[in-house]
Amino acid sequence: MATPRPTRLELAGLAKSYVPGKPVLSGIDLAFEGAALTAIIGPSGTGKSTLIRCINRLVEPTAGAIRLDGTDLTTLRGDALRRARSRIGMVFQEYNLVERLTVMENLLTGVLGRTSAWAAWRRRFGRADLERAWALLERVGLQEFANARADSLSGGQRQRVGIARAVMQEPALLLADEPTSSLDPKTSVEIMELLQGVARREGIPVIVNMHDVDLARRFASRIVGMSGGRVVYDGPPQGLGDDMLRQIYGGEDWLQ
Amino acid sequence: MEPSASPRALPGHVRPFAMSRAERIGWIVFAVLAAWAASRIDPSWARFVTGLANAERFFDRMLPPIFTPERELVRGLAESLQIAVLATALGLALSLPLGLLAARNLMPGWVSWSARFVITVCRTFHPVIVAIVFVKAVGFGALAGIFALTVASIGFVGKLFAEAIEEISMKPIEAVRATGASFANVLLFAVVPQVLYRFIGFIAYLADSNLRNSAIVGLVGAGGIGGTLFAAFQRFDYDYVLGILLCIIGLIMVGEALQLAVKKVFRQ
Amino acid sequence: MSDAAVPAAAGAAGAAREWRRFTPAERLARFATYFLCVAAIVASLRTVDVIPEFLADAPAQVQDLFVRMWPVDWAFYVTPRNTGAQTVHAALLDTLAIALLGTVFGLVLAVPFGFLAARNIVRLSWVNWLARLVLVATRSTSTLLWALFFVAVFGPGALAGTCAIAFRSIGFVGKLLSEAIEESHRGTIEALTAAGASWTSRVLYGYWPQVKPAFVAIAMFRWDINVRESSVLGLVGAGGIGMAMNAAIDTFEWQRVALILLVIFAVVVASELLVTWLRKRLL
Repeated sequence: MATPRPTRLELAGLAKSYVPGKPVLSGIDLAFEGAALTAIIGPSGTGKSTLIRCINRLVEPTAGAIRLDGTDLTTLRGDALRRARSRIGMVFQEYNLVERLTVMENLLTGVLGRTSAWAAWRRRFGRADLERAWALLERVGLQEFANARADSLSGGQRQRVGIARAVMQEPALLLADEPTSSLDPKTSVEIMELLQGVARREGIPVIVNMHDVDLARRFASRIVGMSGGRVVYDGPPQGLGDDMLRQIYGGEDWLQ
Repeated sequence: MEPSASPRALPGHVRPFAMSRAERIGWIVFAVLAAWAASRIDPSWARFVTGLANAERFFDRMLPPIFTPERELVRGLAESLQIAVLATALGLALSLPLGLLAARNLMPGWVSWSARFVITVCRTFHPVIVAIVFVKAVGFGALAGIFALTVASIGFVGKLFAEAIEEISMKPIEAVRATGASFANVLLFAVVPQVLYRFIGFIAYLADSNLRNSAIVGLVGAGGIGGTLFAAFQRFDYDYVLGILLCIIGLIMVGEALQLAVKKVFRQ
Repeated sequence: MSDAAVPAAAGAAGAAREWRRFTPAERLARFATYFLCVAAIVASLRTVDVIPEFLADAPAQVQDLFVRMWPVDWAFYVTPRNTGAQTVHAALLDTLAIALLGTVFGLVLAVPFGFLAARNIVRLSWVNWLARLVLVATRSTSTLLWALFFVAVFGPGALAGTCAIAFRSIGFVGKLLSEAIEESHRGTIEALTAAGASWTSRVLYGYWPQVKPAFVAIAMFRWDINVRESSVLGLVGAGGIGMAMNAAIDTFEWQRVALILLVIFAVVVASELLVTWLRKRLL
């Protein structure tokens, strides 16, 4: 299921200010290419979540370009924007499932980008889509829960549904906004393993926002450290020394 | 710390279960208003006693209830049902989009304000008043009743719809938008599932309300059993009046049972 | 969750896997409901006695009505139509008095019935049943119908109106109250019983404080409705502004009708604002 050629995402001079004069992101230049899991780390409020949300324009960037396989996403509108979004999968910190719908229906929201409203209302989805949904359910180990209501699941199970939903889109890129922050340590590891697997199997870049540095070091092949709205580190986990961490997070106590 | 000689009493100004000052003022205001109202209405013991005698005679003539002429009774009930069904259908068709437009979390300010204004105007007037206006406009009969209850429906259920939509969580909406779904699909999969069960409840409540109201708009000529009842009342046929009343109550109870059944079918 | 261990059974069955949101029984039930609703609408459309010409004429008639209502007869507010009658102002005060006293009596009478109907307070099921019967009967009879009855009993005037409002409110408030009581927390009551509290103490200090917020909300809800209801009771002679309106309609004085409609609008809106303010302060 790998995309034909490796996805390339470029962020050029990306900036965002919610309040004029107080930038949350200042001049971010990053490039992502091919199958890899990148972790973005940094203290709260440093713009990690804003960065992730700018990529699929859930938040509107104030300046800069976001080029996905050559197309600048900041210039898209209407149908073109929707099509671009359907190529970007997203996993949320609080799962953002539709609680009253079943697990299967939540999965199928992944293909709503290319399903007509009429078919969606009648719950008539294509054969290929259904097959893929079942396969994905098995992959995340939730095949018995297909008709269970989403809010009857545990946190870890819900996040697995969230990941499966994103992969349903057959995305060229997967974004994850603090996917493990609401989960216990053991479940967090399972989720990170799943995400790593997605990067490998689908052959796409997976960009994960997280604040657990150990988890990041364990699962990411590349780490981007942010501080004060800028990128201060961009490289392999091995190169992330204590000095660098202090620079990113400030203060020494928590390192003990 | 040395032990105290006696257990410490509560501070003197705190008495459990006592009313706060604001509450006391509230009660006084209320008592004054009630006294004023009573003086206007002037209930006297003499009136009450004659009233009781009247009531006794009234009940004497009401019992036993009769249900003839049946054709008239059945026609009146059927017309009330028709009015209720059509007013509910038309009212829903108008209230759903209006309620959506009035939701402040999904719509721009001026749109939601205008929609809310329309709903408020529809809500302010009693259905019977609206019925009078429509009787003048479209003549006596069921049409006036249908229009009047449609207006009442918009006021009743449009507000409920808008409030339900305003209470939904935006998170699933964010997620479904992120998949590139169209506006219709976002509505269908992120908004509707969150409100559907409550909406079904509102629709049932609306049907019940319209059924009750359809029985009385006839009092002003807008069709239905209300007209039959009023005519019987003025003819002093109180036993027929009781019969009609019992039929109305029976109809309402059947309606309530149907509502429960429908809610069960759509329970998620 | 390892990627490599994808179960071999997946897809090996060959046959396409079905997914249905609802079981056949559920789908049948849903379809039947839709069908019955549509059938009811179609049946009503076909049998209702509506003269098409009137329907077509409707917009023009409504417009004509609004033209006749303008300009609004503001003076009518303080000028009685003839020396014996009430001014609109006086009628309005009557309406408010009816609404207030009627609601109060309704609330007061609803409380005992509400408690009697609650299955966790009174265990005798025939008493519950009787109380519920009273509540259903008073609820199903609309305020206007009660007004007709009381006009026959007490004669026309505000007293009939007040009783009508009160009696209708008993059923409405009583039902919601009994539901609120049945949903109250058992733990508090258990604690009071364990401490040896009498039945009255349990009701007063155990149930009542829990039920009070719901009761206040219900009371304000009913007051809202009663203000509206009081404005029409005059149509059947039960006092208030409805009588002035009835007189004006009968003589086609549409400008005066317009004034009364505006007055009702203002009063209802003012009452709602008051209720919203109270709600914010109390709840």
